[in-house]
Amino acid sequence: MNDTSKIITLHGGFLLVLFALQFLLPAYHHGNLARIMVLASYAIGYNIMFGYTGLLSLGHALFFAAGMYGMGLSIQHLGFAPAPALLAGIIAGIVISAALGLMALRTGGVSFMIVTLMFAQAGYLSILYFGKWTRGDEGFVIGQAQRILWGIDLSQPGNRYFAALILFSACLMAALWLVRHPFGKTLIAIRENEDRVAMLGYNIFAHKLGAMVISATISATAGAFYGLLFGYAGASFATVQYSIFPLLWVLLGGAGTILGPFIGTLFMFYLIDLSSGITSAYMLIAGVALVLLTLFAPQGLVGVLRAKLWRWLP
Amino acid sequence: MMLLSTRGLSKHFAGLQAVKDVDFDLPQGQVRALIGPNGAGKSTFVNMICGRIQPSSGTVIFDGRDVTMMPAHKRITLGMAYTFQITSVFARLPAGENVALAARRRLHDKSQVEKATHKALGQVGLLDRMDQEAGDLSYGHQRLLEIAMGLVQRPRLLILDEPTQGLSDNEITDFKTLIRALAGETTILLIEHNMSVVMQVADQVTVLNFGAVLAEGSPDEIHANRAVQAAYLGGDDA
Repeated sequence: MNDTSKIITLHGGFLLVLFALQFLLPAYHHGNLARIMVLASYAIGYNIMFGYTGLLSLGHALFFAAGMYGMGLSIQHLGFAPAPALLAGIIAGIVISAALGLMALRTGGVSFMIVTLMFAQAGYLSILYFGKWTRGDEGFVIGQAQRILWGIDLSQPGNRYFAALILFSACLMAALWLVRHPFGKTLIAIRENEDRVAMLGYNIFAHKLGAMVISATISATAGAFYGLLFGYAGASFATVQYSIFPLLWVLLGGAGTILGPFIGTLFMFYLIDLSSGITSAYMLIAGVALVLLTLFAPQGLVGVLRAKLWRWLP
Repeated sequence: MMLLSTRGLSKHFAGLQAVKDVDFDLPQGQVRALIGPNGAGKSTFVNMICGRIQPSSGTVIFDGRDVTMMPAHKRITLGMAYTFQITSVFARLPAGENVALAARRRLHDKSQVEKATHKALGQVGLLDRMDQEAGDLSYGHQRLLEIAMGLVQRPRLLILDEPTQGLSDNEITDFKTLIRALAGETTILLIEHNMSVVMQVADQVTVLNFGAVLAEGSPDEIHANRAVQAAYLGGDDA
């Protein structure tokens, strides 16, 4: 079997397992997995920039929230149906990331982290400031009647799982396609040695901007779906915490791997879920686990798998 | 016809005049060696040509166009290729992918990229190392990989910054043959310390000393030039 067929078999098989799990899982884990798939889609978006292009953004919550509020506000105030509302969320993500990219990508390294962090804070504060429409901290609920997409009620767990699976599959396949495409390979080369890529005649700025918009588009799509599937949009999704989460998920699962974002999200979700059953200081347990992982498996779980076992993993 | 010219090209770093007022002309198809003692400004000079360093004053003209203000990556698309003095390959990517990256900018068809990659790796004798990670190659092989990355771009001007540093005697012999085979088709600007390489492959030699052109001429003329001997060869010739 050549590498391409191995890659298709593994990722196709993985999606099939996720498809099958909806019939097997008990209700509680069924609901969790739907949520994890949407959050993992967000992480896939983050990974395009962080894992594959080597750009560490601390402001991705801005894009996640752009999708969520682009979708939610257009339902709430413009009376949009779910499909155009989702589209509005995605477009919001594209526009904001392109504008931010044009400014932030003039910097690099630590400055880039700070600039993205500051703009994300500005986004969060804007949501609070325009509380009249956004309902600020409290957020707003998207009612069941507004969550019927093409006759399918997305508030039903089965439909919701399926919608999450479709979103996740689309993001996963898009990412897989991208990193095997010449554009994606150039992004990886930029991560490895930016100066050299410029001296091969590639426009670094244009490639980074492309990576940022693609990354943000996937993140915004995840944000829009999250709001629609779980029926709520709130400012907490625009906080720093939601910029840090995808970074942690990707680090845990393996930066620059296709399956890493899902594995990391799954791991962290259940780590918090299980430890909060034991103690109220559950973040302490999560923190210790993170420290151990970064000490003993700095490439992340899938990264270790690639280093030790399957060198062909994309 | 001049493929590359500089006029009054200068660079100073915080008071240090690294390159002063260099007028330089490189005709199409020539192999030109650029020599000079350490610190003579050779690397600064070529870095201004390919756009990695902005000159303090002066102009760079490539193929009749003033490229002085053009960013490096655009100059590369015009047909310059630059191989780094300090090996700068993509260490964690396979050797083949290193070359393919360089090829993909001008070729968009997958099979063409593959063909060009094979050819360039074959030219430097690294075809059997194709799947090996570049970082695992020996230093000499990484130098050769750099050269392959330059070749695969089919540049009109190939700038090689100390390409034979770290190569074995056999590899140097092969390198000389390779450059002679390219001569005529590709214009080459070569910074080189190894005098046997300079004497055997260069059509013309330019000597830089203290950032200025000290002498220019055929390898034999340079070899016989007193001022060059004093400044650079120090009597101990190659």
